Amino acid sequence: MFELLGIPPQALFGQLLLGLINGAFYAMLSLGLAVIFGMLNVINFTHGAQYMMGAFAAWLMLTILDIPFWVALVLAPIVVGLFGVVLEKVMLKRIYHLDHLYGFLLTFGLALVIEGLFQWKWGSSGAPYPSPIPGGTNLGFMFLPTYRGFVVVAALVICLVTWYGIERTRLGAYLRAATENPTLVRAFGINVPRLITLTYGLGVGLAALAGVLAAPIQQVSALMGTNLVLVVFAVVVIGGMGSIMGSIVTGFGLGLVEGLTKVFYPPASNTVIFVVMAIVLLVKPAGLFGQTK
Amino acid sequence: MTAQRITGVALLVAALAAPWFAYPIFLMTALCFALFACAFNLLLGYVGLMSFGHAMFFGISGYFFGHVVKAWGMAPELGILAGVAGAAVLGAVTGALAIRRQGIYFAMITLAFAQMIYFLCVQAPFTGGEDGLQGIVRKPLLGGLIPTKDDRVLYYVVLAIFLFGYGTIYRIIHSPFGQVLKAIRDNEQRAVSLGYEADRYKLLAFVLSAALAGLAGATKAMVLQFATLTDVSAAMSGEVVLMALVGGLGTIIGPVVGAFIIITMQNYLAAAGEFVLVIQGVIFVVIVMAFRKGLVGELTDWWKSRRPAG
Repeated sequence: MFELLGIPPQALFGQLLLGLINGAFYAMLSLGLAVIFGMLNVINFTHGAQYMMGAFAAWLMLTILDIPFWVALVLAPIVVGLFGVVLEKVMLKRIYHLDHLYGFLLTFGLALVIEGLFQWKWGSSGAPYPSPIPGGTNLGFMFLPTYRGFVVVAALVICLVTWYGIERTRLGAYLRAATENPTLVRAFGINVPRLITLTYGLGVGLAALAGVLAAPIQQVSALMGTNLVLVVFAVVVIGGMGSIMGSIVTGFGLGLVEGLTKVFYPPASNTVIFVVMAIVLLVKPAGLFGQTK
Repeated sequence: MTAQRITGVALLVAALAAPWFAYPIFLMTALCFALFACAFNLLLGYVGLMSFGHAMFFGISGYFFGHVVKAWGMAPELGILAGVAGAAVLGAVTGALAIRRQGIYFAMITLAFAQMIYFLCVQAPFTGGEDGLQGIVRKPLLGGLIPTKDDRVLYYVVLAIFLFGYGTIYRIIHSPFGQVLKAIRDNEQRAVSLGYEADRYKLLAFVLSAALAGLAGATKAMVLQFATLTDVSAAMSGEVVLMALVGGLGTIIGPVVGAFIIITMQNYLAAAGEFVLVIQGVIFVVIVMAFRKGLVGELTDWWKSRRPAG
């Protein structure tokens, strides 16, 4: 049995894995926020609530309709994404011409409504969701629950697919072009309003997908996204919303930083991301991957 | 102008007579929140800075007040001073960092810092963690001259504090300094090109707003005799935004109206539990979609639009 700086390896790697998992969620959520902000100019405060809705959708599908996890993994994000599309069509669409602030306030209000309704219907104590892949492997230096390993890999794949979709496909090119200059892109005959709706739906679906993945790890509860979205805001400030890859790297990186803090100085683990944010603001105000605009 | 003056005098008379018609504790709470909302509105309405973390100043000041009065056994005046000073220092530190980014990032940064302060308050020994500081004894003010055990007497003290804070904000807005703030709000680049160092003005406004929010927080702790995590939470930051928004951003009396509406609503809906949040959310949505000027703003517009006709 070897020790690292007086820390048993089980504790160290255990926390690093936990950090990686948290980082996976930070990455997925900040990615969605960045994509939505790029296109809609709205900071989607409802993101945490939509993440929660994803987890709830999966849980309801399992408990009421007996739909297994793997099907819910596809179905739940579609359902929540469609909800996002409706939201965009009915409300968000009407406030694009206003200051960013109003989008922030509107989505904040929506988050209160959604979380309040879920809390009223299902209470605030969590419901467990059985792990779809129970068991794990002993790697010698630590025990790796299979599902947790799967989440990290799945999140990476999801992030890379999103990156590929935006940076390397035709649809992504339209999207980036419309972010840059919507009027010109419209003149080329591309339906920009529909593109915007689609983007919001995709961003929301991404949040819901993260929620489904989180369901077996955390308790499914109405407030599971409330604090998370605040941390993700800090992640977004640190990374800057300019680059997709930047969001991914920042998300995973900060998860690891948080994990390491839990090992070496547990009391600071809640606040370390905010401290990092303060330092980044001092050193590079535009964010690690951001451009000043 | 005269109509305004008459309204002002009428409101003052109403405020002086109020404790004989309404429950003083309720009135005092509402006044504290009204001052808090005015302090918030000083930033958003007059400098265009959207702070989504103002609860950190409100809450931390309450803790400072409680600690000074309860643990150190000092006079409440010193407690309030400590609260205001603490909030101002916190405002200077977080403000200096937050103004390095503009627009919506500013809101996210203040929100994140407030969350950090929340976590610190959960862990710090002097805040009492989840229990908060309970049973902060009400001591007489001015070395025993003003007994504060009687709620009605304390009400006039709180009213005086509120009027002091409100007057300060009024003075700030109508001073040359306030003119520069409004210039920055309307067009920052232009203000900079005219030679104003926008960042210094923004920071000073932020610190003033934080200190006034602190004044409100410490006063609330004095009135209700406790300081808890609720006052530093993100939900509280959202609540003060709602108050200013309901009343009308950028109107000086709006936040006061908004605070009274929201506090009254919470009072009557206390039994509704989670539904208070849902209703608050619905109000947010309705105001952003339809009444962006808030109650006072819309009423003023309506008043102005009918005057030329009749």
